[in-house]
Amino acid sequence: MKLYRNLSISQKQVVWAWTFLALPVLFYVVIRFYPTLNAIVLSFQDWNLLGARTWVGLENYDRLIHDPVFWKVFKNTFIYLILGTPLSLLASFTIAYHLDKIRFLHGTLRALYFLPFLTSTVAMAWVWRWFYQPVPIGLFNNFIASMGFQQIAFLNSTTNALPAILLPAIWAGLGFQIIIFMAGLRAIPISYYEAARIDGVSSWTILREITVPLLKPTIVFLVVFSSISFLRIFDQVFNMTTNNPGGPLDSTKPLVLMIYQTAFTSYDMGYAAAQTVVLFSILLVVSLLQLRIMRDR
Amino acid sequence: MADSQIRASAAALMNAPTSAKPRRDPAAIIRWTLLAMGAIVMVMPIVYMLSASFKYPYEMYNLNIIPKEPTAENYAYVLSDGRFYRWFINSFIIATCTTVSAVFFDALVGYALCKFRFRGRYIIFIAILSTLMIPTEMLVIPWYLMSRSLGWLDTYWGIMFPGMMTAFGTFLMKQFFETVPDDFLEAARIDGLNEFQIWWSVALPLVTPALSALAIFVFLGNWTAFIWPLIVTNSQELYTLPVGLTTFSVEQTVDWELIMTGAALATIPTLIVFLVFQRYIIHGIAMAGLKG
Repeated sequence: MKLYRNLSISQKQVVWAWTFLALPVLFYVVIRFYPTLNAIVLSFQDWNLLGARTWVGLENYDRLIHDPVFWKVFKNTFIYLILGTPLSLLASFTIAYHLDKIRFLHGTLRALYFLPFLTSTVAMAWVWRWFYQPVPIGLFNNFIASMGFQQIAFLNSTTNALPAILLPAIWAGLGFQIIIFMAGLRAIPISYYEAARIDGVSSWTILREITVPLLKPTIVFLVVFSSISFLRIFDQVFNMTTNNPGGPLDSTKPLVLMIYQTAFTSYDMGYAAAQTVVLFSILLVVSLLQLRIMRDR
Repeated sequence: MADSQIRASAAALMNAPTSAKPRRDPAAIIRWTLLAMGAIVMVMPIVYMLSASFKYPYEMYNLNIIPKEPTAENYAYVLSDGRFYRWFINSFIIATCTTVSAVFFDALVGYALCKFRFRGRYIIFIAILSTLMIPTEMLVIPWYLMSRSLGWLDTYWGIMFPGMMTAFGTFLMKQFFETVPDDFLEAARIDGLNEFQIWWSVALPLVTPALSALAIFVFLGNWTAFIWPLIVTNSQELYTLPVGLTTFSVEQTVDWELIMTGAALATIPTLIVFLVFQRYIIHGIAMAGLKG
């Protein structure tokens, strides 16, 4: 205690700073950085959890390049991203833009749009799975059949299953994006709009020349946020295809599901670790690329 | 964006727009009708889930929202073996502990990185921020191996430990502590409070909106977390609600009214919380999202 009292004010700050940070620094090192390195190291090894860990160099990566399932999965993951991000952003912006302009029951409508965001993904995956069932169970097909059309195979079709799984993922994230867009819209000073209105500018021009450019920080945030969440899609796919995860014929399988199966069904730890390194690299490249593109424009 | 702007715009979200013209022109009516229809479509899955949970199997096949013969039998059946209570309690304990820990430590670290001057401050901040780039899915395998060798598999601690602190929360709290004037802290220092007391009784009360926003985020994230609890738990007694729901639904195979009842049981608590704290939650999410 005497020792502490003799310290200067700035030295005392250093002592306090490390008192505050000691446990958290330990946490980040042990629970974040060490496991990351561990995953990278493991990707150069072969291990089935029971036997010995053996070094195999780049064999896991070589296997990945020659694995047709991996390329299928790689493609699926990008389809989730390339369809999911623009569709959900376009929908949420359109809704937010118009919702921002109405008064009557404004709060209620906003709450209804937001509600799906709070539901559990797993619960909703099962609800949508029920909707997609064939006649006489599924809601969609019952409706289609009652209109006199031929029923659609949603989850049993290699072409329809992926969009059918993507739809609830977009639906669940929409509310969050709408709220963020609306907060962004409210941050734009009203005087800009008033000035434009005095100049007699059309509302389309106002949208293009004022609203969208000023919303750029919000758009960048949402593009990165939603891209990352679509690249990491897992819960919906796993729950909507439990009888044959990622099926039919791997047509819906995203990278995270492949990682899960390789690690915890086949216990092929090294191979799974190599897949996680690929996922990590993709996420890194996508985030950096998008930040770059948005900054240049 | 400056903090005052963010708060103002997040707060402005709570009021109906003032710029809208009060007169009812046809375009405004069409706009409102379309938006209202969209809102109804958005909640339809939730409505049908609730409706199905009160239906007898023979009624599952029609599109009625109100069942002709409502029944609570599905709930009685689903709750009868007690597993759902167990999963609910597990989820609640895990989400609560993680939230308390994450909010406490994120605020502590955010404050230290914002208000203390010491060597290595910038490096620690960048290091913590860079962990945002590491996806959970990359870490689950090493976490699993770690839990396996330390005997954490199938324990509450095993489910909770990865989320005890969050980089996002640390960043958020650091941003908010920037708005706390150093003069306040200096005054408290002169009054003889130590640094921990200053943080706890002077700085924290000034950022309560941010604390509650973070708490909502962390709680929701843990309440619905799926992949890690799925990996780390083996016995049904330790399952969280989402993992339990998956297991339960797979067991039922064709009894969709029972699956919908399970899904409803997992969803109803969050719906109630939302109805009670609606404005608060939306405000918090807008604020945290704009900061992030």
